[in-house]
Amino acid sequence: MMKHLLTLFLFSLLSITNAQATQENDVLPTILPLLQENTVASKQQAINTIATSSDPRKAAYLQALLAGELYLHPDGTLALITNNQALDAKTTEALQLPDTEFKKITTTNNLRSQLRKALEQLNMTDPDPKVRLQAATNLLSTITPEIAQYWRQLLGTETDSKVKAALQLGLDLADLNATEKSTRLQAIQLLAGNLAPEVRKRLQPLTTDSDPDIAQAAQRSLKQINDQIKLYSYAETLFFGLSLGSVLVLAAIGLAITFGVMGVINMAHGELMMLGAYTTYFIQQLLPNFIDYSLILAIPAAFIVSGLMGILIERTVIRHLYGRPLETLLATFGISLILQQLVRTVVSPQNVPVANPSWMSGSLEINSVLSLTYNRLYIVIFCLIVFTLLFMVLRKTNLGLQVRAVSQNRAMARAMGVRSARVDALTFGLGSGIAGVAGVALSQLTNVGPNLGQSYIIDSFMVVVFGGVGNLWGTLVAGLSLGVVNKLLEPWAGAVLAKILVLIFIILFIQKRPRGLFPQKGRAAGD
Amino acid sequence: MLLTILRNDRGGQIMLSVLLATLIAVPLLNLLVPAGNPLHVPTYLVTLMGKYLTYALLAIAVDLVWGYLGILSLGHGAFFALGGYAMGMYLMRQIGDRGVYGNPDLPDFMVFLNWKELPWFWYGFDMFWFAMIMVILVPGVLAFLFGWLAFRSRVTGVYLSIMTQALTYALLLAFFRNEMGFGGNNGLTDFKDILGFSLQADGTRIALFIASGIAVIAGYLLCRYIINSKLGRVVVAIRDAESRTRFVGYKVENYKVWVFTVSAMLAGIAGALYVPQVGIINPGEFSPLNSIEIVIWVAIGGRATLYGAVLGAILVNYSKTVFTGLMPESWLFMLGALFVLVTLYLPQGLAGIVNQFKARRSSKQVTA
Amino acid sequence: MLLTTKLKQTLLALGTAAAIGFTTLAQAADDTIKVGVLHSLSGTMAISETTLKDTMLMLIDEQNKKGGVLGKKLEAVVVDPASNWPLFAEKARDLIEKDKVAATFGCWTSVSRKSVLPVFEEKNSLLFYPVQYEGEESSKNVFYTGASPNQQAIPAVDYLMNELEVKRWVLAGTDYVYPRTTNKILEAYLKSKGVDEKDIMINYTPFGHSDWQSIVADIKKFGSDGKKTAVVSTINGDANVPFYKELGNQGISAEDIPVVAFSVGEEELSGIDTKPLVGHLAAWNYFMSVDTPENKEFIKKWQEFTKNPKRVTNDPMEAHLIGFNLWIKAVEKAGTTDTDKVAEAMVGLEVPNLTGGTAKMLPNHHITKPVFIGEIQEDGQFEVVSKTPEVAGDAWSDFLPDSKNIVADWTGKETGGTPCGNYNTETKKCSGQNF
Repeated sequence: MMKHLLTLFLFSLLSITNAQATQENDVLPTILPLLQENTVASKQQAINTIATSSDPRKAAYLQALLAGELYLHPDGTLALITNNQALDAKTTEALQLPDTEFKKITTTNNLRSQLRKALEQLNMTDPDPKVRLQAATNLLSTITPEIAQYWRQLLGTETDSKVKAALQLGLDLADLNATEKSTRLQAIQLLAGNLAPEVRKRLQPLTTDSDPDIAQAAQRSLKQINDQIKLYSYAETLFFGLSLGSVLVLAAIGLAITFGVMGVINMAHGELMMLGAYTTYFIQQLLPNFIDYSLILAIPAAFIVSGLMGILIERTVIRHLYGRPLETLLATFGISLILQQLVRTVVSPQNVPVANPSWMSGSLEINSVLSLTYNRLYIVIFCLIVFTLLFMVLRKTNLGLQVRAVSQNRAMARAMGVRSARVDALTFGLGSGIAGVAGVALSQLTNVGPNLGQSYIIDSFMVVVFGGVGNLWGTLVAGLSLGVVNKLLEPWAGAVLAKILVLIFIILFIQKRPRGLFPQKGRAAGD
Repeated sequence: MLLTILRNDRGGQIMLSVLLATLIAVPLLNLLVPAGNPLHVPTYLVTLMGKYLTYALLAIAVDLVWGYLGILSLGHGAFFALGGYAMGMYLMRQIGDRGVYGNPDLPDFMVFLNWKELPWFWYGFDMFWFAMIMVILVPGVLAFLFGWLAFRSRVTGVYLSIMTQALTYALLLAFFRNEMGFGGNNGLTDFKDILGFSLQADGTRIALFIASGIAVIAGYLLCRYIINSKLGRVVVAIRDAESRTRFVGYKVENYKVWVFTVSAMLAGIAGALYVPQVGIINPGEFSPLNSIEIVIWVAIGGRATLYGAVLGAILVNYSKTVFTGLMPESWLFMLGALFVLVTLYLPQGLAGIVNQFKARRSSKQVTA
Repeated sequence: MLLTTKLKQTLLALGTAAAIGFTTLAQAADDTIKVGVLHSLSGTMAISETTLKDTMLMLIDEQNKKGGVLGKKLEAVVVDPASNWPLFAEKARDLIEKDKVAATFGCWTSVSRKSVLPVFEEKNSLLFYPVQYEGEESSKNVFYTGASPNQQAIPAVDYLMNELEVKRWVLAGTDYVYPRTTNKILEAYLKSKGVDEKDIMINYTPFGHSDWQSIVADIKKFGSDGKKTAVVSTINGDANVPFYKELGNQGISAEDIPVVAFSVGEEELSGIDTKPLVGHLAAWNYFMSVDTPENKEFIKKWQEFTKNPKRVTNDPMEAHLIGFNLWIKAVEKAGTTDTDKVAEAMVGLEVPNLTGGTAKMLPNHHITKPVFIGEIQEDGQFEVVSKTPEVAGDAWSDFLPDSKNIVADWTGKETGGTPCGNYNTETKKCSGQNF
């Protein structure tokens, strides 16, 4: 939003100054026919014309083109349209909207990358050091002796240390192809340990250079870089594993309550997650302008929706089946079929779009070879928070005490005055609510559709059983370790085989420890 | 002999008589009554019934371990599918050079994937007897190994159920892989003939239908025999009080492994009869959801009765056939509701209705 | 004993009653022509297939408003094969034997088609299959209105190679027969164009794969050695969303490494947040954004029919439209719905497609289709960046060693006089036919 307004402002401001500028500077008459021609080649030429011109509005033009905000009228009016406000490019006057005749000037990948390059060139002298750094980094791959000449000038006046480093890197890269051997050798040595992909790209051909000294030096530098990359790739695999693991934990943790604590084999668990994901969708539909906050709202909402559905299921069906765990499996399987078809009928059999808030997109760049994607990072953190909260509820609150009492010895708990029916309903509601919350997290990673639940239900059961039924810690450890093991195996065995191996591992592990990683001890352990 | 097995098994007597009658009547109605006559049973119905019968045999196998041994297997679909694959491999080899690429040795999908020679595990499947041995042996050995490991280390209850689920899930993923050499997602299909008879001929269809019926009867009698024998009594004792039986001195694990293996073999036979009748076998049969459905047939029919399993399998699948045609949009609601209602109100399944009714009448008589 | 005979009698009666039930259902209304619609309405494939069921209902409705065909109204028979492949075969048999449908429009996945194929051949009934597929098939009873690999994959690769100057290739797909075959064809094609073995990376993942972290990281590494890299994706429906999300989050934009997909269309895009996908490519034979009067009218009718002004159209829908129009035309030409006569009349017929060209039914039962390459826009639509003239669908790929010599011709011209879908031009033999 801010960015749009800025462009609009920039455009009009520059236009005013433009009004006083000389006629030759105005690029509009030259590009208009090119834009009207509307082919990739003509647009390419137009962009070139803009970039090489001295029109003061050229940055604004390029930005507007890149953002897809330039529109063309059949009568030859070029307009900038943002947020339903239109400006005539020629007269800089506001235009009447809506006007359906306006056609957007579309760009393709090639054009966009051309636009970006052109803008980065301009950005090299931007007052904001961050912008300059970005521009310098992005232009590394285009470095040529002529550009290096220009960069040397920039380096002289540059004040920001980070930008200086980036410029220096570019100059070193340019030096790799210098004529003097000593300059080249020095550059190779300076580049050792630099992780930027451009460095590897340029060093690689030098390892087979005709000059043995250069080749040797390049090999040494490259090896140093590759060793570091290897180290970081282990860290990356670990992160991948933890993030896969935390998805498993999130999916399984609600089941750890309904199945682990209450002994209900809840086949509808996946569908409760699905309800949570759909809640996220509906909240985004209701508040289309607040996507960034939608998740914050969706978490409690999904908890309530799935929790209430859980209580409903418990009160109407499961209540009658306590002590017959295997029959809960059959009934809840029926419920899962009904819930799935309900979503198909009421919403649609198609998947629904759930947007990522901007803070969930992109990645945290540690360095140029290791970056942690934000959505995964937040889900790892979220998983730990949910786990901690749940753990606290079960350990520290009165409800938690009652839940544990009922699950350990129903008759005794009732004798002590615990209203077991109420506790059952609340426990099941809690487990279901957590499933709903997990659904919110899943909506950020995968498809939201009627089949969402099915794809996670089996994994969830594996995690709970592997960790030890009735033990929350077990679920956490099991989920995270299965995730990491899976990711360690994946590069070596491929995604499918890795999963099969993990399953076989679980089967064999249960033979060794028939009660899972952390078996329940004492009387509660009895069947 | 037959009479002693079926003594005290009224439900079984009825079920077997009905089955026998159908086995005789349906082929006659198909072959002798002309097509226009309302009494005519079209061939596609015969095949459909044949399919239900293979499901019934599968349900008997599940009931044997669940109803009498107390093991809730969520992986019997795997044994069924393995039997089916063994049969499918035989049928595949029977195609010979009539495949699309006309390669006499390799099935089409292998030519497709540039395989140059037949993988070793496909050898022998061109012989019917070998394939039939494998139909029984492969599920049997797998069940034996799995049972031997699991029962010896005393994995029980839900742990065991989830492990069987893991087993079938792992097999599902494995068979999906094209590198496995079983046709990947598409599985095995496009069968031509069995023992030289065209699979599309009415005669073959009817023969398969009768074979399925006979298999159900034989499977039923075998299970009933096992249950009536001394072994069966130990098995029921294990279900009701495993530790006590162990303390009395019985080797509980051996009994369990034995019955589990027999059950898996029955499931394998069911799968082998299923494949030529539906004309395709693919990894979808390994899906854990399929295995859960089998358990549900048994639960709906009535657990620990055997004939209830047959009833449940046929009923659920018949209603599926009808509802998917009549109300394609809402049949899942019906099916889901059926599962919930039966669990809630008919804990002993349909077979239990009679008993519930009897129990009520006798209690009335007592009060009167 | 008496009891058992009595029982037998009652059961016999019951059995016959059931049989009668079945047959009476089949004999309803003889004054209509029945059309089978065989698309999953539940299970995993319902996501894609329900749309096609609705499309068929709309087309049949339209035709009836125009007076039906041969003076009779059309009647749609909808069944639900529930994404269960054996059930597809069972339902197909039901449709043909019980409902006596004149033709069936249906199937999405290759395996469902493979499952019903023997049924259609045995019962000699017609199937119209509307989805792009791996080729390597030509049945007397099936009309393939979707694209074969030479109508989608190869033009897309040509575009990447010529326009974007791509030098390194990632062929990523779901592990089933369509991606396997397409990738094999593409691999052979790329090698024939001089691409080195080590510049091709092939990767397969299972259905519904959702954890793409490692694979995307690998792609990133593969693409970071300086040569322009592109991903050719045959990833199946559900796995796409997490794939594109992961690409976006790991900072791979369409400008760095473009992804061209063969299974991502308007319908799929309407179910996802399109931001991470903008700029990536897809190759289809139809885009909703193609600006022709026919297309505009079709979209309008569709949105009215579904009572949803935002409902999108997609490529398989156009394929069904073409298939349906061809069938109507063939039935009118033959003057009957008899399978053999309709099939004979069908070959050579032409109907307009929605993108301003014509679709012609070829002797190999495939049709001619133009190929469009589109870039995904933020609104879930495609911006066409490249278009070819109509390409003839090739049943047997020229880039696979085992099918190079095979041709299909149901008029018999190229197959030695006898119509054959699988004729080896070297051995002069026709194989793999059931009849």
